[in-house]
Amino acid sequence: MTSWLTAAAVVAAAFGTVAIGAWGGRGARSTSDFLVASRSISTRWNAAAISGEYLSAASFLGVAGLVAKYGADALWYPVGFTAGYLALLLFVAAPLRRSGAYTVPDFAEFRLGSRRVRRVTTAVVVVVCVLYLVPQLQGAGLTLSILLGWPSWIGATVIGGLIIVNVVGGGMRSVTFAQAFQYWLKLCAVAIPAVVLAIHFGNHPQNLGDPLPPRVTEATTVDVTTPVSLSVTDPAGLRLTGELDGRHVVDAPLAPGDHLVGDGATLRLDAGAATPTVTGAPATGAQWSHSGGGLGGAHPLFQVLSLMIATFLGALGLPHVLVRFYTNKTGPAARRTALAVIALLSVFYLFPTVLGVLARVYVPQVLATGSADAAVLVMPQSVFGGLGGQLLAALVAAGAIAAFLATSSGLLISIAGVASTDLLPPGVRSFRLCAAVGGLIPIGLALGAGSLELSRSVGLVFAVSAATLCPLLVLGIWWRGLTAAGAVAGLLTGAATSAPAVGFSTAGTLRGGWPEVLAGHPAAVTVPLTFAVMIVVSWATRTRVRPDVATLFARMHVPERLGLGVERTPGA
Amino acid sequence: MSAPEPKRERVVLSQRRGARPIRTRAEVAAQTGVGEHLVRGLVRAQLGLALRIGGAVALLCLAVPLLGSSVEALHTATVFGLPLNWLILGLGMYPVLYVAGRIYIRLAEAAERDFVALVDAEEHPPGNDAGPPR
Repeated sequence: MTSWLTAAAVVAAAFGTVAIGAWGGRGARSTSDFLVASRSISTRWNAAAISGEYLSAASFLGVAGLVAKYGADALWYPVGFTAGYLALLLFVAAPLRRSGAYTVPDFAEFRLGSRRVRRVTTAVVVVVCVLYLVPQLQGAGLTLSILLGWPSWIGATVIGGLIIVNVVGGGMRSVTFAQAFQYWLKLCAVAIPAVVLAIHFGNHPQNLGDPLPPRVTEATTVDVTTPVSLSVTDPAGLRLTGELDGRHVVDAPLAPGDHLVGDGATLRLDAGAATPTVTGAPATGAQWSHSGGGLGGAHPLFQVLSLMIATFLGALGLPHVLVRFYTNKTGPAARRTALAVIALLSVFYLFPTVLGVLARVYVPQVLATGSADAAVLVMPQSVFGGLGGQLLAALVAAGAIAAFLATSSGLLISIAGVASTDLLPPGVRSFRLCAAVGGLIPIGLALGAGSLELSRSVGLVFAVSAATLCPLLVLGIWWRGLTAAGAVAGLLTGAATSAPAVGFSTAGTLRGGWPEVLAGHPAAVTVPLTFAVMIVVSWATRTRVRPDVATLFARMHVPERLGLGVERTPGA
Repeated sequence: MSAPEPKRERVVLSQRRGARPIRTRAEVAAQTGVGEHLVRGLVRAQLGLALRIGGAVALLCLAVPLLGSSVEALHTATVFGLPLNWLILGLGMYPVLYVAGRIYIRLAEAAERDFVALVDAEEHPPGNDAGPPR
């Protein structure tokens, strides 16, 4: 449903984000300006800025979608996305700040004194950022296709192009003010609809834990855009046109059981019909509200465990987050910032959870599509007609666009930053070249690769980061025995085991049993493996531990008051 | 018009960075003898603290799905009409994370204060009446 109000909100949010970035960033023209000038930023502003950059499409749309679809176990996503900052606080924040390194490759070189480790780390950081960008762009495509009726490849390309132009043009540096504004915009855009819908629900309560599948209240048409396997429990009132179990059918009824539906099919639900659900997702309200159902597929307990490991440890290495920690004055300030981020994220994530629950009541038809990410976007208009619904929808649209732009720009700046420092001769030209290339690759992937749910894709990226960058940081900070050889071996192991998992689960070729579960949730295997490889190889090469490791440890751990820290002035 | 003014210079008794540039600090920096064991102690204390708090939170998190899959009562229990498992995960975990972070910061800063006090104590062993200048 296209409305000029929504279109205006989308344009305003996009334009506003770019304009604020350009205006706020006009004083800060180089990385060193940014880093040197920004050391006086208060903890609160810094925390809001970090949250603003961190809360991506996966948080804004994806969490509610997964909660609507999988119920209680999906709540681990927002909890894990928040708990990552506790791990950051406990193991990384203060020592990393004191080390003076502001990217992971920087840290690797500081700690291990090896250009080779630095280059391998750079490659891993770039891969993580590119993978992280893909779901952002897919989310942008989905949003614009729902809000404006564009085909989703146009949305992904337009937003991707906008981000590239933005970063290449030098606008939207990581300006604290712009990023902090993003947090509050996103919070309002998710909280106001959640509160309004919750009040509406309170006035007309419905039973969510029903033993029956959710039902649509009025006749609804669902366009199936990706091939999907649907489970039908109650076939009354369901009609499908398109490819059904390999045959082309027109307006055919569906028998109870599982069906493969091809893309381009149209599913019509009469008023009061029970929604079919994607196979593997809980069908009835009772299953949905119980813990332990997992996130689709076998071995639910393993899935939850693996998800915890990935999200708890994956945030440690996210480059666009770490660079902001450098803007804290001291190690203790970095700790306090991390704590404030936990508080801000905790507040934010309450609302997607509420929206996810309500989506099951108000827009159950999204459960019948491969991606339930649309739930937040379509809910306001389907509950409230008229101007009120349109205003809410416009607000949500603005928040979603802000989420894509903030996170994506931060990621692209990180890609361009690390890649241009390590791979090309230094200079603005290299930075721009890397930004352009680094932006085009994810656009290509977003268009070409199959799409998972947004939060699931981001969960996989966290798994990659947890299996590569997290062991490097944690062992580097706390264990004197880490050697360059051990670090490289571990990084390569983590990357080599995570890559097939990402590939297989995105392609969706593995179905059923352990292979599918391991590909979808690899962290419980890959993270311990990487730690083990790093430790064993470091131990085997223990004669090559840096002789000055004691000095490095003193620099990372001794309080600033004793005056051992180094202030880096980058770009010198 | 006239000869360039001579550059202004500040004359002080001695170049001192900070008020307390003393022996042990130099040792901590140079990592010899005393300093090395002090830093090792600090790192061990901080790591132990982080592991204890992180471990406690991890155990708590693990307990939720494990108990959830074995104790049936957790599925059906409700508080104010809301299912208990949703309250724990959707609402209850966040304060736990925040409080754990707060406790960690308090204890970590205390450990750092202890370290500084220890360095000072080594610089000014008891009996030496010249206390640390404040």
